Amino acid sequence: MALDPGNIADLLPLPPATFHILLALAAGDRHGYGIIQDVEARTDGALRLSAGTLYRTIQRLLEQGLITEPRKPNAPQGDPRRRYYRITPHGTAVARAESLRLAQLVRLAKRAGLLPKPA
Amino acid sequence: MIRLYRALLHFYPASFRIEFGEEMAAVFAQRRAAAGPLARMGLLLEAVADIVPGAVVLHWEVLQQDLRSTTRTLRHSRGFALAAILVTALGVGANTAAFSVADFVLLRPLPFPESQGLVRLCEGPPTGGGWGCMNQLSPANYRDFKDMSGSFEIMGAFYRNAVNLVGGGDPQRLTIASMTPEVLPLLGIPAALGRVLDPTNGGEPDARTAVLGYGLWQSRFGGDPDVLGRTVNLNGVPFQVIGVMPPTFHFPSRDVQLWTPLVLREEDFADRTNTYLDGVGRLREGVTLEQARADLSVVAARLAHEYPETNAETGISFFRMRDELSPRYRLLLMALCGASLCTLLLTCANLANLLLARAAARERELAVRVALGAGRERLVRQMITESVTLAAIGGAAGVVVAVLAVPLLARLVPPTLPIAGQPSLDLRVLALAALFTGVTGLGFGLIPALRVSGRTGLAALREGTRSGGGRRQRLRTVLVTLEMAVSVVLLISCGLLIQAVWRVQATDPGFVPHQVLTLKTALPRPRYDSPVRRAEFYRRVLADVRALTGVQSAAYITGLPMVMTGGIWRVVIPGREVPRDGSDAVSLRFVTSQFFRTLSIPLHSGRDVEDGDTADRAYVAVVSESFVRRHWPDEDPLGKTFQFRDEVRVVVGVVGNVKVRGLERTNEPQLYLPAAQVPEGALINYDPKDLVIRHSAQGVALLPAVRRIVRAADPEQPISDVRTLEDVVAGETATRRAQLRVLGALAAIALVLAGVGIHGLLAYTVSQRSREIGVRLALGAEPAGVARMIMAEGMRLAVFGIVPGVAGAYAAARGMRALLFGVEPADPGTIAAVVGLALVMTVAGSLVPALRAVRVSPMSVMRSE
Repeated sequence: MALDPGNIADLLPLPPATFHILLALAAGDRHGYGIIQDVEARTDGALRLSAGTLYRTIQRLLEQGLITEPRKPNAPQGDPRRRYYRITPHGTAVARAESLRLAQLVRLAKRAGLLPKPA
Repeated sequence: MIRLYRALLHFYPASFRIEFGEEMAAVFAQRRAAAGPLARMGLLLEAVADIVPGAVVLHWEVLQQDLRSTTRTLRHSRGFALAAILVTALGVGANTAAFSVADFVLLRPLPFPESQGLVRLCEGPPTGGGWGCMNQLSPANYRDFKDMSGSFEIMGAFYRNAVNLVGGGDPQRLTIASMTPEVLPLLGIPAALGRVLDPTNGGEPDARTAVLGYGLWQSRFGGDPDVLGRTVNLNGVPFQVIGVMPPTFHFPSRDVQLWTPLVLREEDFADRTNTYLDGVGRLREGVTLEQARADLSVVAARLAHEYPETNAETGISFFRMRDELSPRYRLLLMALCGASLCTLLLTCANLANLLLARAAARERELAVRVALGAGRERLVRQMITESVTLAAIGGAAGVVVAVLAVPLLARLVPPTLPIAGQPSLDLRVLALAALFTGVTGLGFGLIPALRVSGRTGLAALREGTRSGGGRRQRLRTVLVTLEMAVSVVLLISCGLLIQAVWRVQATDPGFVPHQVLTLKTALPRPRYDSPVRRAEFYRRVLADVRALTGVQSAAYITGLPMVMTGGIWRVVIPGREVPRDGSDAVSLRFVTSQFFRTLSIPLHSGRDVEDGDTADRAYVAVVSESFVRRHWPDEDPLGKTFQFRDEVRVVVGVVGNVKVRGLERTNEPQLYLPAAQVPEGALINYDPKDLVIRHSAQGVALLPAVRRIVRAADPEQPISDVRTLEDVVAGETATRRAQLRVLGALAAIALVLAGVGIHGLLAYTVSQRSREIGVRLALGAEPAGVARMIMAEGMRLAVFGIVPGVAGAYAAARGMRALLFGVEPADPGTIAAVVGLALVMTVAGSLVPALRAVRVSPMSVMRSE
């Protein structure tokens, strides 16, 4: 669970579902259904996480220390009966590393003429 | 619908389900609320597609994790792992071997199509009773049973015979069966090559045909497919080979290697007392065994009425072919299975105990893991993975043990059944091994796992080094006493059986088997129809053998005691009534001179059979003491006469009794007649065949010289069944000794396991109580007193196990009384010896812990607190 960069590199690239969950949690604490809704809205319905995929991923993220389960969730109209998840600093670092990796790829794609250059 | 979803969640590993199940159900409920009525059905299908593959992945991950951690923990405790694997291998191996032999002999259908319809029919006492074939059938009775009974689809008859096979290699003695043409078709096994004997070729013109057994085909004809149509020479008569049976075909028993047609002629039906046929039949469909028995009894009653002279006392013995098995074999096998199960129980108890001890040592580690959030289910699963892994490795080794052990148990496969000599390793056996492995793995893993996980709360953490509360200690105590009890049961059973074997071996057979070499030269008819020719053969062979250096005497006899157990006839004493119940039966043998001297059978009065007792002299007989006691208890038997068949014989000698039927059976009185005094053409099967040679310690070294002598007398005469008389007698107890070896090994394992169990428990107690012991010692307790305290604890464990053990052993011994040969089930000597042995083992197990207790240093214990 150490926060050394080597450890972060080992986790990359992240599976899409994992990345999306981290993105959803980066915006604030969420419970499971909240994450699903968030991901669905963010991708315009292109990615609908199933409950099984979601919780298997959550289990792994908890084990890897990328997210935690806060005792007092920081969420508007929180439902006290539900379990909320929060991204850890380590999780943020990993998500950022993954974003950088993707940005790097996009830059490469543009240079290869696969994408229109920004105006 | 939500309930259905929750049920689906059970596909997940318990740890995952408990952690996230509620959340997932909530998510599902929210989705369902958001979906329209049509979409709801789709949601459920989606859930199935989501959960099932995901669950498989998770299970696989958990398994990998647990296996990794198992490897790690086991590497740390190699001794434990090795012990567990070895013990499991022994337990699983012994059980797999014992049960596959028992299954093979007792349960499996015989290797014939629809074998449950196959039955055997013989003559028996009118009251029934006994097992197997009591008496053979006469051809006339066979024909009447066959014609008058409506219960059979088809019925046939056969008899066993032995012939000399000459040509294509050394002359060879073969066991064959002559069978009516119905027999092979009714068994339903087609020939591997050519055809079987069947009604189309069983008529008289084709009587000279033969079907070969697979083994004989391989050994004598090198598996040559062109064997069909060739002739084999049996007793000087050519038979044409028409077929070869497949390797799995055995009938009527394993030793029969060739089948010839049995042709009954009109004259064969004349004498209803000439009984030599075994009936075999297939029940008509829908007819039960009991219906058929009732039907046959009616026929028997009719025959008794029609032929009172011969059939008044003739009933039937009628049984399924499957049940042609001595009850003793059944009991032997069941005792063996019981003993193996005991050992398995013991194995589980011991391993459970070891695991409990280990779990106690790991309790803090486990408690810490629970505190860190590992679920109880996760721990249980991991511990079970550990024990099942150990069991699986042990089980695989156990299969190897079973494969090695099955040939040792082959002696427990009775030779009378038409099955192979030993079970082959097949799926059924492997399934059995897997079953025992699973039972062992769960048996020794489950209780400790549940027990430990049940108390991994704060209590375990708080208890600190003084872990191991009273409840677990009690469980371990129960397990150890159980081990003690089981091993006492095994030891006592074993002790009783050892005594039984000793008793059987100490039984005086009536002759001295040491330094007697025996072999068989069966003179074939019709070549030796002439009595002169036979006499000449015996004279030449015996004279030359007796002249060999080191040979003290030599003789011929019809059949060796304990090998030839039949040959029962009746004699009539002039002026006495013939008893109806067959209590006048005697065991008949023809002998040459020097027979009694060769076997060291004491001659009590009168004289031996002499070379001068030829056919033209007065017919004489030598009888056994039991013969005299039965017929002339208070008179001088010499010179008395009796009638045997049509001849009147004079008793000229009285010799000691011989256990003709075997050490464990009751024996008819013996009647010995001179080899030369037999009416021409009568009693062909009673020609002396067995040569017995008493020598001064050369044994088998004599064999080349004897072979030369026999070859000189008749170059076509085979020699077979070469063995020492000691081997013959030893063969009497071979089955018992085979069983005893296995049982003894199991009992020894059991005793050691019990000792280890006591040691483990006491060592644990001492380590747990080291503080208390330290305080005691510091307060001035005598070290001897402390040692006594620990030893007393061991003794208490032992006594709690021994008492129920002795009771259990008594019950077991009563169940196998038939095997005990008169040894009392409550034999005090055996019980005392076993209790002593168990106590010695207890002392041995307690010694090291007691010493360790004495050596506890009060200072170091105090310091560590």
